[in-house]
Amino acid sequence: MAEEVVLLDFWPSMFGVRVRIVLAEKGIEYEYREEDLRNKSSLLLQMNPVHKKIPVLIHKGKPVCESSIIVQYIDEVWHDKAPLLPSDPYQRAQASAWSKIENAFVWIFFVFDELDFNPPRRIWSTKGEEQEAAKKEFIEVLKVLEEQLKDKPFFGGETLGYVDVCLIGYYCWFYAYETFGNFSIEAECPQIIAWAKRCMQKESVSKTLPDVKKVFGFVQEVRKKFGVD
Amino acid sequence: MEEENEVKLHGMWVSTYSKRVELALRVKGIPYEYIEEDLSNKSPLLLQYNPVHKKVPVLVHNGKPLAESGIILEYIDETWNYAPLLLPEDPYQRAQIRFWANFIDHQMFEAVAKVLTTDGEAQKTAIEEAYENMEAIEKGMEQLFPDGARKIDGQNLGLLDIMVSAVLGTQRANEQVQGVKIVDPERFPLMFSWVEQLNELPVVKGVFPPHAKVVAFLQFIRKNALKPSSS
Repeated sequence: MAEEVVLLDFWPSMFGVRVRIVLAEKGIEYEYREEDLRNKSSLLLQMNPVHKKIPVLIHKGKPVCESSIIVQYIDEVWHDKAPLLPSDPYQRAQASAWSKIENAFVWIFFVFDELDFNPPRRIWSTKGEEQEAAKKEFIEVLKVLEEQLKDKPFFGGETLGYVDVCLIGYYCWFYAYETFGNFSIEAECPQIIAWAKRCMQKESVSKTLPDVKKVFGFVQEVRKKFGVD
Repeated sequence: MEEENEVKLHGMWVSTYSKRVELALRVKGIPYEYIEEDLSNKSPLLLQYNPVHKKVPVLVHNGKPLAESGIILEYIDETWNYAPLLLPEDPYQRAQIRFWANFIDHQMFEAVAKVLTTDGEAQKTAIEEAYENMEAIEKGMEQLFPDGARKIDGQNLGLLDIMVSAVLGTQRANEQVQGVKIVDPERFPLMFSWVEQLNELPVVKGVFPPHAKVVAFLQFIRKNALKPSSS
């Protein structure tokens, strides 16, 4: 069964990690293939000729590209196990809409499916006014999310849902942001941190998310590369 | 007791995002009330409904609001889930359609906008990019529809038809304003034929503004973009 599902990915990618979480939630066996983004495999180029980006899911030899499309695909094919998206069309639409708030994050943080690191992102890669502005924006977005979460344990309600899975991948980056940005996310947005810790209690999340220190080391390398330090 | 089915669409006559929702509603034969929004003076109703994005279009179904045209289109398809279906039922085909819908919506749209709003060397670069994107789409569509040029049927439009119409439908007007053709019939015969057929459909003509109005609007955009001092 495992050879039926292959995932081409890059370990720090927030987009890749959500696919890994969904596969874990649904107990789907798969073969993980790490891509060196500076030296992309011929398989990746063949399976995603248009964008040449990870993640790419290959199911029975056929590729599915773009993380949100992959997640929806997995949810539709393996629909009987741990459904992520609600069955009610209006709630599905709401979940899709809230997951798009991450577009705000992408401007503030960093996207790793491109290894040209271009342009570097703002919280951990700038200083002074620009960095302060980035931090402010980030906290604002988190606060909007906190309002949406209210007193639910997860965005999906009682269990992990689509929005939780799309957003939790950023959590392992918080340590790096806090250190390089010199601020405490928990102080500003305690409910988000509480939510993240609840997600981490799920094996599918805790075993999948890259180690916080590893991510920190990665960001350090990138900063050096861009002479930010 | 029959469920009341009240559909309102807050849109803008020039917004292609707005147009695509209108097209979907008409293709499915869903009656709706259209409310034109002046974006420079957004109605409090619109702001109330759309706290995260504050944009058009907003669909309000039985009092429940939804934003983001892509999300609205899938919602329409799932709620009024009778033919014509905007998305096929097979998950893999759905994934492919979503991929190309995204590509047209983002890459192609940006490329088209760049060609319109630049001149000289910058436009030359923009045109190259646009052609690259067109080639990708042409190839992609050849794979999706291996039986050759699509026979477009006004009763059976799907999500890609709507996206192509919204993003590439005004190409004649764009060409007139920017002096350059993007949907070249020789290089991209499948796409050219597709756009031409879509533009002939009464349902499309009914939704999109007339040619002269589009030209005037695009001219306004180009003129403002090329002004020497930008605010």
